[in-house]
Amino acid sequence: MPVLGLDIGSRTVDAVWLEDGQIVHAVVLDSGFDPQAIAASLVSQRPHDAMVATGYGRHHARDAFGAQVVTEIKAYALGARSLFPDAAAVLDIGGQDTKSIALDHFGRVADFEMNDKCAAGTGKFLEVMSRALGFTLKEMAEAAAGASDGISISSMCTVFAESEVCGLVHKGADRSRIARGLHSSIASRTLASLSRVGAEGPLVFAGGVARNRAMVDLIREGFSGEVVVPAEAQLVGALGAALSAARSPDE
Amino acid sequence: MGDPNETYGEMWQDLGMNLRAHCALLDAIPKMYQSAYLSQENRPDGMSYFDFVVSEIHGLRIKELMDHKAAGGKVVGTFCLYVPEEIIRALGAIDVGLCAGAEWGYNEVEKILPRNTCALIKSFVGFKLDRVCPYVESADLVIGETTCDGKKKAYEIFGEMAPVYIMELPQMKRPEDFTLWRSEIDRLVARLEDLTGKKLTLENLKAATRDVNAKREALQRLNGARKASPVPISGKDALLASQVAFYDDVSRFTEMVNKIADELEARIAAGEGVAPANAPRVLVTGSPMAIPNWKLHDVIEKAGAVVVAEEMCTGSRYFDTLTDETPETLEGMLDAIAHKYLGINCACFTPNEGRMDDVVRMAEEYGAQGVIHYALQFCTPYQMEARGVEKASREAGLPVLRIDTDYSMEDIGQLQTRVEAFVEMLAD
Repeated sequence: MPVLGLDIGSRTVDAVWLEDGQIVHAVVLDSGFDPQAIAASLVSQRPHDAMVATGYGRHHARDAFGAQVVTEIKAYALGARSLFPDAAAVLDIGGQDTKSIALDHFGRVADFEMNDKCAAGTGKFLEVMSRALGFTLKEMAEAAAGASDGISISSMCTVFAESEVCGLVHKGADRSRIARGLHSSIASRTLASLSRVGAEGPLVFAGGVARNRAMVDLIREGFSGEVVVPAEAQLVGALGAALSAARSPDE
Repeated sequence: MGDPNETYGEMWQDLGMNLRAHCALLDAIPKMYQSAYLSQENRPDGMSYFDFVVSEIHGLRIKELMDHKAAGGKVVGTFCLYVPEEIIRALGAIDVGLCAGAEWGYNEVEKILPRNTCALIKSFVGFKLDRVCPYVESADLVIGETTCDGKKKAYEIFGEMAPVYIMELPQMKRPEDFTLWRSEIDRLVARLEDLTGKKLTLENLKAATRDVNAKREALQRLNGARKASPVPISGKDALLASQVAFYDDVSRFTEMVNKIADELEARIAAGEGVAPANAPRVLVTGSPMAIPNWKLHDVIEKAGAVVVAEEMCTGSRYFDTLTDETPETLEGMLDAIAHKYLGINCACFTPNEGRMDDVVRMAEEYGAQGVIHYALQFCTPYQMEARGVEKASREAGLPVLRIDTDYSMEDIGQLQTRVEAFVEMLAD
């Protein structure tokens, strides 16, 4: 029987069923207003031997379905390393936080850093900015990738940056260049964080924001080593949780 | 326990306290205590004393202070362990650490203090503004000190609401600084003699020093037991003992802590612990944790690690060194007191290499596998010194996690993730 890995995040709930080291089924659902109910529906969807939960809803999963828990830091390290066995670092930009993780030779976490309690530079930040610009997320990423240069945005606070963006739009500034500027400032903060933890390539860029082409290009440009993006960037945490479930035989 | 307002309402009213707000505060503490303390398994039996102390934190102890005052004694409030309690005690006064460990009255506080002031300062000003700390209300004198800029300036404002006396603590440790500090001790003696109407003598100072040293020795014993594996007492419980040391009756506290130490030593002999022997061991260092600030210890220990030592004011800095009791003159005793206190390694000093040495030495002595640096947000001395602690720890092969936080619970999810990830890292 497979083992189940659940990543209960602020924007999506991801599940991976793993059997003999192979993903046999995977699901990504919007967290909505009741991520625990969504997690519960996933838990009962298919049978599993063992279950490990990660993400900000992990403790609820432990209390509600007796799941073991690991942090997103460890889950991303495990998941990234199984997809790219020579990975030396992981970057995860998710819905409400950003994690820079340096790995040692054995794939264990050597050092890590998370953003503080605010949403600066996360997926949520990009979502709010895309609305302010009248773009969908995908359109904003394409626009940013296509712009030759960016208009610099001085604030990284989601609320203040939104006002700044609105101000620029009203002044008639080019939306693509604003989008480029927003992406550049997130990228430079993220690169600084990677450098503080001593991250080296190959770097696995995962989490929802890894699907944003402009962000991937900017991280690639600025990072000293190789940057790889897994096809299922959003599933890396759930995969790591499933790998952890396969490792630790429990009830 | 019955309704505390029925038992102590009149006393609190006499102290001029705001009973309504105080009720809300008293309601909050048991819930926090239940979740952080009473939910722990296999606690030492002796901790029931501290459960009682916390349940009577604004009751029985205040009653004792009021009885002391009724008999002509004085109560002196302090905010910092640099204020020599031996001298206060020698003059027959009781010294109590004042409330500064919970978010309280911030709406009022932020009218008079900048929002970006550390939680500890906001807290003590908030408790005073809202009149919910019976310790400060019963204090005949509050002794402040020039440790950090925030406190220094806050005392000026605090002085408008309570009688405040300030000691100038130097910020370096050269011979000239000792001379200044020694003269500050003389000034303090004069002020306290004036307050109490008593004279400081070699005899009363020696007796008080002996009592205070005995209290510190009891804490040394209790904390020494934490070097064992498995560890016989949780970090939270040991932290509580250090916190209560600032306001409990000295002799009773010493006796109770020694009883717990007996129990811990028996546990060690029996190989009994509160956490599995393989639980990751963590040393916490940084800003003080005033009662009821148990936030970080609670997160760490709920993540499956155990805190084995605190290099902080509510920890080793308080009890690690004793005052020399041997001088045979009053001047000699006061010199010894000045030396003892100036030897403490607070981040308000520059340079402060002694603290880096303390962290690395303690990590080794207590078998800590990792260091968590704790700084209150806007506590510039500790936030800045975190870099030095991190560097020294890493050079000694110790992983470090830096936490900057406050008393609020809004960052608890982030904190849990970071601490749990650090604990996973230590366990792997």
